[in-house]
Amino acid sequence: MSLLKLSASTIAIAAVSATAAMARDQVQVTGSSTVLPYATIVAEAFGENFDFPSPVVEGGGSGAGRKKLCEGVGENTVDVANSSSRISQSDIDLCAANGVTEIMEVRIGYDGIVFASDINGPEFAFTPAHIYNALAAQVVVDGALAANANTNWNQIDASFADQDILMFVPGTKHGTREVFDTKVIVAGCKDTGAYDLFLAVATGADDKEKEDAAKDACMALRTDGVSVDIDGDYTETLARVDADANAIGVFGLSFYQNNTDKLRVATMGGVVPSTESIAAGEYPVSRPLYFYVKKAHIGVIPGLKEYIEFFVSDDMAGPDGPLAEYGLVSDPELAATQAAVAAETPMGPLE
Amino acid sequence: MTDLPADMSTGRAGSILVPSRLMTRRNATEWRFRMYGVCAIAVSLSVLAIMLWTIFADGISSFRQTSVTFPVLLDAETLDPDGNRDRAEMTGVTTIGYGKVIDRAFLSLLTSEGIAVEGLSDKDARGILSKEAAGQLRARVLADPAIVGQTINMTLWTNARIDGYYKGRVTMETAVRDGNVSPEQLQLADLLQERGILSMPFNWEFLTGPDASDQRPEAAGLGISIIGSIYMMIIVALLCVPIGVAASIYLEEFAPKNRWTDLIEVNISNLAAVPSIVYGILGLAVFINFAELPQSSSLVGALVLTLMTLPTIIIATRASIRAVPPSIRDAALGVGASKMQTVMHHVLPLAMPGILTGAILGLATALGETAPLLLIGMVAFVDNFPAVAASGVLEPATALPVQVYGWAQRSDPAFIERSSGAIIVLLFFLVIMNAVAIILRRRFERRW
Repeated sequence: MSLLKLSASTIAIAAVSATAAMARDQVQVTGSSTVLPYATIVAEAFGENFDFPSPVVEGGGSGAGRKKLCEGVGENTVDVANSSSRISQSDIDLCAANGVTEIMEVRIGYDGIVFASDINGPEFAFTPAHIYNALAAQVVVDGALAANANTNWNQIDASFADQDILMFVPGTKHGTREVFDTKVIVAGCKDTGAYDLFLAVATGADDKEKEDAAKDACMALRTDGVSVDIDGDYTETLARVDADANAIGVFGLSFYQNNTDKLRVATMGGVVPSTESIAAGEYPVSRPLYFYVKKAHIGVIPGLKEYIEFFVSDDMAGPDGPLAEYGLVSDPELAATQAAVAAETPMGPLE
Repeated sequence: MTDLPADMSTGRAGSILVPSRLMTRRNATEWRFRMYGVCAIAVSLSVLAIMLWTIFADGISSFRQTSVTFPVLLDAETLDPDGNRDRAEMTGVTTIGYGKVIDRAFLSLLTSEGIAVEGLSDKDARGILSKEAAGQLRARVLADPAIVGQTINMTLWTNARIDGYYKGRVTMETAVRDGNVSPEQLQLADLLQERGILSMPFNWEFLTGPDASDQRPEAAGLGISIIGSIYMMIIVALLCVPIGVAASIYLEEFAPKNRWTDLIEVNISNLAAVPSIVYGILGLAVFINFAELPQSSSLVGALVLTLMTLPTIIIATRASIRAVPPSIRDAALGVGASKMQTVMHHVLPLAMPGILTGAILGLATALGETAPLLLIGMVAFVDNFPAVAASGVLEPATALPVQVYGWAQRSDPAFIERSSGAIIVLLFFLVIMNAVAIILRRRFERRW
């Protein structure tokens, strides 16, 4: 059977060339889907301008990316993990257990999170307290905690339009949710006084545990269909906002900037979200974006050092670069990052 | 027969020409039953029609792309400051330098054509060109350094918003609200179109070009994913068909019927029903972590898809071997053929059309599969074509369904069009494969 011979020889050729072509000649990047568009922009420009092949960039989430980075050292492991939240001690421990002892932390800039609704709907000027009163499971009514009964925005604030409350927030697997929880919900919880009430009834061994318990109580969102978790990405949120004129969605700044013809953005604390207001530190809901590099691979994987240097160069991550144009808020301390990358400084222990 | 209807049990014979009440009722029941069937078909057809309509309405436009053609002076001062026409030296000039060359050429075109739009800055005017342009020009110059100093005609894409204007996605009204395009830029595009500089030719690059980043939806193409899919289908076919056929022949013709073969049979049926993502997890553990095959490569993708397709092919093959009547085997054995001769000369050739049909349908399923590829790193941004040689299967690639999934997640609305366009290409391949399966069945099927 010639078919059998053919397949047998194919497998043999593949096996032989597998051992020969094992040396990987392109950088492998994985991690956060928020950082993914930035990383692809850099990867594309890198492939255009250098004689190295373009890096292969995967999405999949910050946590999953960091775990992949920590799988070990070797050519079948990734070189860079993008992350929209800072690496945790458990990741560092996992890395150390697998022989990944030196990791470089590179902060590429900041990203804003915006609240946006249908372009034809009314305007909103939110504060964290408004969002908390709209979405939290328990809110302060007459100085005591009560189940949230608000159904219309004009119950939250008399100046708001007469519109049913419906919000699409990122699901818990997203890095964005963490920022939403800490910068909006917990902040609103403290502003409305709910936090103090939670703290008074919190149980725990010491003050810190009590504070954590109170924060957890703050972050419990209502489950009666007013707050909807979106586990997909922003395109799904946009489709749901399109379908329901009452809905308000939570988006990344860059996503909003690409869809300004369909979305009306709400201000937060009186500040309009933009790369400028985030860079100035005025817009409250923002977070740093990072990538983590396996130092043992520098010098082994061709182009890795060049790629990370190119990523943080002024041509890319600077205030006039393509990343800023796409929606990244460029880091005012970029020069320090460039120096650290050039010197290949590994990150120290977490504070 | 105690429940006979009253009018029959009376014994009075009715005429067959005058329908009795029972007859009318039975006819009505049958008519209703048939209508249920018609309704079921109508529902499924309308669902299919809605699906195809949305895909084609969104995606067909991705096969045409707005582009502008104009002469570009390849300024030697900028592109080759040393003047040696040496490729290694010229790589020092980045796409930023090439971008400036294009900008100058475009602005001088506007001046020479006498095109001016009130309120449009130079920066916005050249902003209607794709960011891909500089990279295209750089690649062309580095491939042939001798053209520096000459004036060449370049066909460059406009950006996705201008393209969207001619495809109905962007209008003058939305442009006012849109931060990425202004009504003045659309007016400029209209002026260029009047003069025949801007046109919308068939977009071959959509089928042959590599993927592009979120800032250049106009340049994103399916080339790498089509190659990846073809590589994977070849390997899957080469592995699945021999293994699947050998396994089925052994199980059907040679294996004793005992508890072990029963166990194997149950397991094969079970494997066919396992969710495909499970094969991805297996592939990650076995092929990447244990066998250390390269991530994101079409070889690993093909091996995973092979595991996924094998049970389907074995089941289809066994069914078609079983469909060969025992009389054929008996006749062959009766004239003195050995068991192996019987299988090779009679059973297998007669079962071949069924086997091929099953194999092609199995491959078609594998072609449309995304989930297992997610875990082995094929759902990625890949910008370099894998090599045409055998080692190309070890280089990073993507696959057609993966590209659909990846584009559907991007933030620029132009990627929705591209994603639907990719679905059309995928459907085209699936229709071809299924048509081949039907033709094979029609032409070679034996009836006994």
